[in-house]
Amino acid sequence: MTAPLLEVRGVSIAFGGVVALDRVDLEVGRRELVSVIGPNGAGKTTLFNCICGLYRPDAGRIAFEGRPLPRRPDLIARRGIARTFQNLELFRHSTVLDNVLLGRHLHIRTPFVAAALGLPRWKRDEVAHRRRVEEILDFLDLQAARHRRVGDLPMAQQRLVEVARALATEPILLLLDEPSSGMTAEEKADLVHRIKDIREEWGITVVLVEHDLKIVMGISDWIAVLDHGTKIAQGPPEAIQRDPQVISAYLGETA
Amino acid sequence: MIQFGQYVVGGLATGSLYALVALGIVLLYRSSRVLNFAHGDIATLATFVAFTLLGRAVPFAAAVAAGLLAAAALGAAFFFFVLRPAREASLLGKIVITLGLALVLSGVMLVTWGADTQVFPFPLSDTRVYRLGGVVVSEMSVGTIGAGMALMGLMYGLVQRTTLGLAMRAVAQDATAAQALGIPARRIYALTWGLASALGGAAGVLLAPVVYLDPYMMLDPFLKGFAAAVLGGIDSLPGAVVGGFILGIAENVFAGYVSFKFKTTLAFAIIVLVLTVRPEGLLGREYRRRV
Repeated sequence: MTAPLLEVRGVSIAFGGVVALDRVDLEVGRRELVSVIGPNGAGKTTLFNCICGLYRPDAGRIAFEGRPLPRRPDLIARRGIARTFQNLELFRHSTVLDNVLLGRHLHIRTPFVAAALGLPRWKRDEVAHRRRVEEILDFLDLQAARHRRVGDLPMAQQRLVEVARALATEPILLLLDEPSSGMTAEEKADLVHRIKDIREEWGITVVLVEHDLKIVMGISDWIAVLDHGTKIAQGPPEAIQRDPQVISAYLGETA
Repeated sequence: MIQFGQYVVGGLATGSLYALVALGIVLLYRSSRVLNFAHGDIATLATFVAFTLLGRAVPFAAAVAAGLLAAAALGAAFFFFVLRPAREASLLGKIVITLGLALVLSGVMLVTWGADTQVFPFPLSDTRVYRLGGVVVSEMSVGTIGAGMALMGLMYGLVQRTTLGLAMRAVAQDATAAQALGIPARRIYALTWGLASALGGAAGVLLAPVVYLDPYMMLDPFLKGFAAAVLGGIDSLPGAVVGGFILGIAENVFAGYVSFKFKTTLAFAIIVLVLTVRPEGLLGREYRRRV
C-alpha cells in the first residue's frame, strides 16, 4: 500500500461563524482522476483554496507526497500543485502565449544577466520553454488564438488558457475548478477528452470540481460529495448516483 | 525660436524629474493599487541620508548609493511591517496609512535635520553651461536629463526584459494567479516598494541642488509627479514618462511666455483637459476588474 499523493485529514475552516468545511478527509492516489461534487456553497472551492494555501484551515492537515505542504501559495505551487480558477484568474491583458509562458516561470533557471545579455545558455532554455509551450497549445487546440489577448476570447477558450497555463508549470497534481462552466455541449465533450488525456498521456493526477454531473460520471475513478462543508459520500460513480444522501442533497437544492 | 528651445530644454530637465517621481508612483499603483503619499518624503529622506554622508567626506557616488539603498530598505520594510499586516484594510485605508507614513517621516526629518534649507553639494554645476546652437544648457541640466533617461531605460529593461520584470507584471495583473504559478508575490511587492522608493530617492538627489534641501523639498515635485502619472495613465509606466515630460515642458514654456506665477495652474488645466477627452490618461488602460 503506497502512501496517497494528496492526503487531506480533518480539515475545517469557518468564516465568521459560517462553517465552510467541517472535518473533511480526502485521499487521492497517484494518477487518479477524482471529482468533488456538491450543491452550491458546499465548500468545494474552499477545499481547493485550502490545498493551494489561499486559505489556512482552522484545523486538520494536508500532506502532499507524504510531506506537509508549506504555507505560502507560491511554495505550494513549486511542490507541483497547479490549479485553475472557477472565476478565471487570467492575465487578461496579455496574449494567450504570454499567459502560458508565465506558467513556465517556475522553471526559468537562467540568471538575469545571462537572459539580459542573451547568452547561449538563455537561448537554450528559451528554446526548451517554447517547445513545451507549443506542445501544450497544440494539445488544447489554442494555436489559432496564441497571439490574441486573453480578455477578448470567448469563455470556453479562456478556461482552456487556464488549463494550459497550469499545465505549463508541469504539475504532479492538477486541480480543475469548474472547467466546463460557460461551455457549450460540444465544448464540454472536447473538454472531457482532454481531461482524460491529461491523466492518461501526461500522467498527471487530476482533482475536478464540477457541476455537470454528466461529465463527472463519465470520467471519474471515484467521486467525493460535499454538502454544507461535510463529506456525505464517496465512491465510484455508479454508487454515488444511487446514494440516497446524495440524491437528497441535490434534490434539496433544486426543491 | 531659440527662446522656445531654451524653455523646452529647461522643461526637459524638470520633466525628467517629474517622470522619475511619476514612475515610482505608477510602479506601486500598478502592483497594488496603492497610491503612496509618502513617496515624496521617502525621497527627501534618501536625499538627507546622502547629504549627511557627503558632510562626512564620503565620496559622492557612495553617498548617493547609500541614500537610495536607505530609501529602498525603508520602502520594503514599510510594506513588510505595516502594509502587509494591514492587508485586510480597504484600499482607501491603505492609502491613509501611506499618508501616516508621510507625516511620521517629515516629523523625523524635522527633528533630525531641522527645518532650515541646506545646500546640497553636487558635482555638476548650475552655472557652467554648454551652447547648442544658441540654446544654453547648464551642466546640471544635462546631468539631470542624462541621469533621468538612464534610470528610465534601466527600469524599462528591468520590467520588460527580465524574469523579475515578468513576475512583476504578472503580480500586477493578478496576484492570486501569479502565486498559483509559483511566483512569490509578497517578495515581488516588497521589491516593487524598494524599487519605487529608490527611484523617488534618485529624483530627490537630482532635485536637491536646484531647490535646496529641506524636509518639505519634495512636496511640489511629488504633486507634479502624481499629476504626471494621472496625465499619462496611472497604470502605465511609459505614460508616467510621457506625462512627466509633457508637464515639465508645458510648465516651462508657459512660465517663459505667459506667466511664471501661474505655471502650476497650467499643469492643472492640462490634466483636466486630457482627462476630459481621455479619462484613462494618455497611455492608460485602467484594468477593469470583474464584478
